[in-house]
Amino acid sequence: MIAYLVKRLVQGIAVMLVISALGFAIQSHLGDPLRDLVGQSLGQDAQQQLRQDLGLDDPYWAQYVRFLGRVMQGDLGTSLFFDEPALQVILKKLPATLELVFAATVIIVLLSVPLGVYTAIRPHAILSRVIMGLSVLGISTPVFLTAILMISVFSVGYGWLPAFGRGDAVPVWGYWETNFASLDGLSHILLPSVALAAIMLPMFIRLIRAEMLEVLQSDYVKYARAKGLHPLRIYYVHALKNTLMPVITLGGVQIGTMVAYTILTETVFQWPGMGFMFLEAVNRADTPLIVAYLIVVGLIFVLTNTLVDLIYALVNPTVKLARMGA
Amino acid sequence: MSNLLITPPPSRWARFWASPLGDSLRGNPVALVALLVFSVIVVLALLAPVIAPFDPYDPTQIDIMNSDLPPFWIPGAEPQFVLGSDDQGRDMWSAILYGTRLSLMIGLAAVALQATLGIAIGLAAGYLGGRVDSLLMRLADIQLSFSTLMLAIVVLAVTHAMWGAAVFDRYAVVAVIAVIGLAEWPQYARTLRATVLAERQKEYVDSARVLGFGPLRIMLRHILPNAMSPIFVISTVQVGNAIIAEASLSFLGLGLPASQPSLGALIASGFDYIFAGSWWITALPGGVLVVLVLVINLLGDWLRDALNPRLYKV
Repeated sequence: MIAYLVKRLVQGIAVMLVISALGFAIQSHLGDPLRDLVGQSLGQDAQQQLRQDLGLDDPYWAQYVRFLGRVMQGDLGTSLFFDEPALQVILKKLPATLELVFAATVIIVLLSVPLGVYTAIRPHAILSRVIMGLSVLGISTPVFLTAILMISVFSVGYGWLPAFGRGDAVPVWGYWETNFASLDGLSHILLPSVALAAIMLPMFIRLIRAEMLEVLQSDYVKYARAKGLHPLRIYYVHALKNTLMPVITLGGVQIGTMVAYTILTETVFQWPGMGFMFLEAVNRADTPLIVAYLIVVGLIFVLTNTLVDLIYALVNPTVKLARMGA
Repeated sequence: MSNLLITPPPSRWARFWASPLGDSLRGNPVALVALLVFSVIVVLALLAPVIAPFDPYDPTQIDIMNSDLPPFWIPGAEPQFVLGSDDQGRDMWSAILYGTRLSLMIGLAAVALQATLGIAIGLAAGYLGGRVDSLLMRLADIQLSFSTLMLAIVVLAVTHAMWGAAVFDRYAVVAVIAVIGLAEWPQYARTLRATVLAERQKEYVDSARVLGFGPLRIMLRHILPNAMSPIFVISTVQVGNAIIAEASLSFLGLGLPASQPSLGALIASGFDYIFAGSWWITALPGGVLVVLVLVINLLGDWLRDALNPRLYKV
């Protein structure tokens, strides 16, 4: 187990090094820090002197090592637009995105399991056909279109729900304000989280259904039936357990996609999270903030992927940890 | 005289219709309708320069006085703008025709790039084996875990910041095709590799080798034809995905510019006017996009069931 953990950590660090190198390359090729600093006001010789003092003439690897050292200390540069440390800007936006992802995940889990199981045990029922038809439609609809449709129906059309922003978020601790503590906050998070869930849900329903169909043919389920166990117990305790493995794998693969979808969803709803901030930073050519976003998202991505792999190894008794660690 | 009574050889379509694939199509009304709708969309898109009443790329044909006209079934419509016009006075019907053509073209080109790259890498990994194989497949795993859309957003965002909007817009089509095309090769490579591993054991490969054919010929002429059904199934789904990816990128402003609109760029330009009540600028291209991707996905599902290839799960 420990060998496996160490191996995963080394892999994660390698990925982070690649991402930071990319970030460094972007930062050093976009814009000229000297011009940002002094503009045209300095003479050639003085500029050259300053360039040397700032270490901008050093070889790339030396600059990269310095960049890495600053990143390790949490210094990801200063946002050009906000004029604040980039990390601080991102940390302020992080809770909004995490709450959105959390709400969407809750919706996905609560819906995909019962719907997937139902369509597997009643494959020919009309409701199952409707669910499967809707899931193909869901896969074919880009997330921003679902979001726009919901805004035009529920916000512009009926005026039931707000179309943009976080509304009345309640402060909890530090930068963290929550949408789950007030009615206004909940009404603001409802549409974005449903839109985000709607694009991921069909994939999980289809996967759970396919795996359930396979598992229901297996001998141990037939045996459980013969023993006279209650069908609900067979479906939800015996069979469902064995569909979880591929679902966890899919969840791990989809983390990166989820980040991309948060950018789209947050843009449509002007949700003040990291994704919306990233797109604004791109439009403002706010390089330090773009690089900081890449590094923070890369870190989140590596951490969650490692976590998913660990959960997979713990849940799946057939994974030989010793061999995987070797 | 009897020579004249010989029946002509059946046409390509008749032969397809009689084949097992055509048979399964006859028994599947959903797939049949999907194929019909897809064909209609493709023909209309290809004929866009012929049937579109206006050229949406030509600024001289756009008159701001014609802006925000509703489609024909709503009072206030003008007869020459069947589906209404957008905020700049561009005819929606023409813009949708050209936009669909552009979206389809980008989707097909991106998938052609993916397939070429993925098939070459998959064949090489499967045939060469050993260290090359494990390196390529490890790369495929890493590539897959970064989502294509995320990768495309980051790459295009950086390119956008580096080049500036004016230069970026000029090369947008190429950039979008390249990014979507380069990011999705593992889908093909993993399936191709599995096929090669299964096929290279077989006797026809041995006999080809004994006949003195080189590895390149064996891979392309002998093994590749046996991998055609998974390639078809993957390609169908991938075209749908590529069209969605392009639309998403264009919506974020990281794809095609508003002056050369794909379906996604049209939706994006209409989004600002939803609150003003001009819903058709967004809804009509949005509807076309969903229908297009939906029929492609339905055809993909049908092909998967009919050809039943062994695909790589997840």
